[in-house]
Order: sequence, then C-alpha cells, then structure tokens
Amino acid sequence: MHRLTNIFAGRVGAGAIARTVMIPLLAVFTAIVVGSVFMLLNDYDPLAAYGGLLDGALGSKRAIARTILNSVPFVFGGLSVAFAFKGGLFNIGGEGQLFMGAVAAAWVGVAGAGLPSWLHIFISLLAGFVAGAIWGGIPGTLKAFTGAHEVITTIMFNFIGIVFAGWLVSKGGQGQKPGPLVDPDPLNIVPRTADIAESARLPLLEWGREPMHLGIVLAIVAAIVIWWLVWKTPFGFGLRMVGLNPSAARYAGVNVAGNTILTMAIAGGLAGLAGTVETLGRNYYFAPNFNVGYGFDSIAIALLGRNHPVGVVLSALLFGVMDAGSTRMQLRAHVPSEIIKVVQALILAFVAANEIIRYIYRIRREREEAAVPLSAGWGKR
Amino acid sequence: MNSLVLIAVLRSTLRQSTPITLGALSGLFCERVGVINIAIEGMMLTAAYMGYMTNVWTGNLILAVIVAVLSGGLMALLHAWLSIHFKVDQIISGTVINILAVGLTGYFYQPGTVTKGKLQSVAVPVLTDIPIIGDVFFDNGPLTYAAVVLVFAVNIILFRTRWGLRMRAVGEHPRAADTLGINVFAMRYINVVIGGMLAGLGGAYLTLEAVGSFERLMTNGRGFISLAAMIFGKWTPFGGWAAALLFGAANAVQTQIQFSGDVTIPHQFIGMLPYVLTVIVLAGFVGRARPPAAIGRPYETE
Repeated sequence: MHRLTNIFAGRVGAGAIARTVMIPLLAVFTAIVVGSVFMLLNDYDPLAAYGGLLDGALGSKRAIARTILNSVPFVFGGLSVAFAFKGGLFNIGGEGQLFMGAVAAAWVGVAGAGLPSWLHIFISLLAGFVAGAIWGGIPGTLKAFTGAHEVITTIMFNFIGIVFAGWLVSKGGQGQKPGPLVDPDPLNIVPRTADIAESARLPLLEWGREPMHLGIVLAIVAAIVIWWLVWKTPFGFGLRMVGLNPSAARYAGVNVAGNTILTMAIAGGLAGLAGTVETLGRNYYFAPNFNVGYGFDSIAIALLGRNHPVGVVLSALLFGVMDAGSTRMQLRAHVPSEIIKVVQALILAFVAANEIIRYIYRIRREREEAAVPLSAGWGKR
Repeated sequence: MNSLVLIAVLRSTLRQSTPITLGALSGLFCERVGVINIAIEGMMLTAAYMGYMTNVWTGNLILAVIVAVLSGGLMALLHAWLSIHFKVDQIISGTVINILAVGLTGYFYQPGTVTKGKLQSVAVPVLTDIPIIGDVFFDNGPLTYAAVVLVFAVNIILFRTRWGLRMRAVGEHPRAADTLGINVFAMRYINVVIGGMLAGLGGAYLTLEAVGSFERLMTNGRGFISLAAMIFGKWTPFGGWAAALLFGAANAVQTQIQFSGDVTIPHQFIGMLPYVLTVIVLAGFVGRARPPAAIGRPYETE
C-alpha cells in the first residue's frame, strides 16, 4: 500500500499511478467479462443484466443517491477491518459490532427525545461508536492480557452481539418478559425498537429532492481521520510497527498490549458507526433482521482497498454500485442477483493475484515489493 | 433429568458437533502445512449445495456424498492455487472462496426442489444394546460415525506417520523441510485439498444426513465456528473435537430448554452460552495458542 501513499506524497511519477489504478480497473473489467460468460452459459443476456445494474445504480439522481447511501456503511465497515489489519489484527467481528452500534444508537435516539438536535445526534453517534468500541475492545483486551485469539473471540462476539441485540427488542411471550428496548406500542407486532426521535435523525442534505443524509460526510471524515491516525500520529506509527513485527515493536518501547486494545476498540467503533449511520440516517429504528452480511462484505472491501482509506472508499463505492443495481439487474435480465457476489469474488481474486491480469494484458512486472502478510498477527503477539 | 432427556441431549450433542468436527479437521490439514483456511465456511457451503443437487438429480446418496467431498476439494484447490502458486495473501484467497461460494450457490439455487431421501441412522449390532452409550454412540448416521473415526485417523496420521511428520515440518520450517528433500509445494497443495474434502464431508452432513434439503447460506457460520474450534483445540484433532463437542453440547442444551418451555431466563441468553463459554475458556484456561510457525507465509524457493 505504500505505493498509494507515495502517490499522495507526490513521490512517484505518472507511470506508477497508471499502474496502480490500471490493475484494479482491469481486474474489475475482467471479472465483469467472466461474469458475462457465466450468464451466457445459463442463457441470460449479460448486456441487459449489466445495463440494468448500471441503470439501477447510476441511471438517475435517485439511483445515485441510493448508491452513495449504500456505500456509507461499507466505508465504515471497510475502514474498521483495514485499520485492524494495519495493526496486525484480524477483526472478523464487524457484524456484531455493527449490531451493537445500531441498537445503542437506536436506544439513545429514542430515549433522548427533547434534546436539541445537534446534541442528540452527537450523543447518538457517540453511543453507537462506544457500543461498537466495547464490542471490539473486549476481544482486544482479552488478546492483550490472556492471548485469546482475536479471530475466535470476535467470531464469538458476533454471535453474542447479534443474539443480545435481538433479545433487547424481543417481544417476549411463553413465560418470557419482553426485551427492555422493544417498542411499547401494542399495535407494532414486529420485534423492533420504537422510531427514534426527529431530533436524532441525521439531517438530509440538499440534493435535489433525493434523500441524502449526512452519513456520506461522516464517512469521508472518518476516512480522513483514520488516514491521519495511521500515518501521521505516533500512535499510528506504533500501530503499524506492531502490525509489521510485534516483537520488534515491543523492543522499541511500544506498549503492545495498550496498542492492541486501542486498535480493536477503534476498529469496533468504526463498525459500530456503520450500524449507527444506517439507524440514524435511513431506518430510524433497530430491528434484528438488520443488514446481515455487512460485516463480511467489509473484509472484502478492506482487502480490495488494500487497507488504505482511499482504497476503502473507492471499493466501498464499487460495492455500493453493485448493491444498488442488483435489484434492477434481476428485474431486467432475470439473472439471480447472486451473480454479483461471483463478480465481487473474481474482482478480489484478480486484484490479489494480479499476475493473472498482467498475464492476460501483457503488463510488465514491476520491481518486487516486500509483501507483508496481513495474517502476520495470526496468534503471535 | 431423566435418562430419555439425557439421551436426547447427548445424541443431539454428537450430531450438532459433527459438521464442526469435520470443519476443524479441515482447518487442521491446511494450517498444519502453513496455509490459513478461513474458507471452511465456503467449502462447506459449496459441498452442501453440490451434494444436495446430486441427490436431487440422481437420488444416489453415495454418489452425492462423493460429489460433495470432491467439490469441497475443488474449492480448496482454488484456495491452494491462489495462495500457493500466486502467493496471494491466504486471508484474501480465503475470503474470495467464501464470497464465491455464497455467489455460486445462490446463483444456481433452485427453489422447490425435493429429494427422495437422506442418509439414515445405522445401528451397530450388539453395541447399540448397551444402555445410554449404545443409544448415543452406536445409532447414528454414517457421516457422524465417519467424523469420529476421522478424528482418530487424523491424529494417527499427524503424529504417527511419516506423512504427518512431513506436514508438520512444512508448517513449521518449510526451508528446512525443502532442504531435506520434501516437496513443500506439493505437500501444501495436497493437504489443502484434503482439508477441503473434509470440509466437503461436513457440508455433505448438512444436506445429506442432517436435514436433507438446501437453503441459501445454510452453513450459517459453522465454518467459522470450526475455525474457532480448531484454534481452541490448539491445532490438534482431539482438541478440535473437544471444542466441537462443547459447541454441540451447548446447542443441544439450549434446544432442550427451549423445547421444554416455561423457562423465565430469556432463551437468547441460553443461546449465547456456547459462545460466552468459549471466550471464557479461551481467555481463562487455554491461554496463548501457538500456531504452526510458517503459517500465512507463501513459500519461495531460493
């Protein structure tokens, strides 16, 4: 990833920029072509399918707004995973952190009715961040002090968080009490929280008449803050050092335990914000069937964005496009929307195994870079 | 608790643990040769689908199991090709497999298909007459037996055979293994594919023995739980099995309590139990897990 950072520092020429952008673009193109072959083999019309996809994602102002809104939680989720990877930690716990963030934001959003809007939004966002941070921070703390593997503990915390959030809004019955956050309105038969107060809803931006909330601004701010934190602060320096070699970092005086806890807490908080912006900007309540799968998409987005905030924002947009356009694609060409997942997997594979792309398009190999496995922290610290 | 309930819970424990046991063994084969496998979930899902569809088309359950095992192996071959040949980061290639499996099984999924049957329990003569033990251990489906046998077999392979010694050498110090004339690439390819086949057997269990039908995303995190069980069991077959049984037991108890009704503790809290327990055990008793030393690193010849 240092190549991208070099570009931003203006240290490399146009050729390198072209190569950095070229391979991912060719990877996307090739994946789309392979996807078409797939569709042709099954007697679907790929042109109609991709036409529908583009139309559904970018064909109108409303479609673009939806695409951008879809990308917002992806940005937060991708940043969460990327940030942890930078510190040599694998956060598979995005899903649980997202649920905890969403339910906490909904709770404050309902309970804080009557507060001035700016304050209400602020504490709701804070609540979502903190809930996610706790859900990421506990595995971080366990890792730091007992060595419990974060891959296992975050997976466990996914299940625990999703079930716990479900209980908070459960309806009860059969001798069981209703959950403490369930909507008290008896007319509401689904398990969910009450609607959050008007004052907690993210303000809509002026963009024609299309709904476009402040989340997009928050996502970009988050990406900038994470970039600054990782590359411009002593904490970030320590974080990257721990990510590359924990023993050397410890020898150099980095507080590895503290670093581990803080990294996981911030990563968890970012994933919590993914759930928070969805709750405060779009759904206006929390229900347990909320956004299943975001946590795992986030891993792909972080990897595709090569763990850099700029890359994460771009790949989140790409996922947002595919997400927003898949329904239209299915309607227009009757292709099962899961073909999108196949294309996403291919894009990720082609970007990662760029030798395949270089072979197909006869692109010369650049100088070797020392690859640091993301998985360097697999159990060692 | 009367003995009927006890038997029901123990039987359910063994059955619920079966796919997780197989998944843990799958992870073990890959990781012992130094290849991280976060793709157990995807391999299992693909195999579950392929096994099911073979059963739909042919009605031949043995063929269906074979196809499931092979398709798990095929996904693993892709994982191996990406991570060994192209030296793609193993977590990325695992993620590719997981997404691909969700995409492919969803894309080809045909709602409303039915099968003629699923694998039935086979009672072992004589042994099944032993009270409780007989009912629990000797009256199960063939894949449940297979999982238990495989735990013992893998333990022997890993620690008592030349092949196992080579696996461990490749996982701990590939350079040294190479120097001694072991083909590191071949060892990694073969064992990753074997790992995929084991995950495939776990997938076959889901659609051919446990429920007999396929749903989208039906593995429902079992592959990830398997990964946890393998690490929890410190990269050993028996350790992984014990962890899988723990998950199975907690699920079985939860189902039993929900079933018996009229319990004031929220059933969600009982549902959380296996996961909370895992975290506590892991943090409090197991301590630092030590993976094979060469894990995650592509091997390069000099």
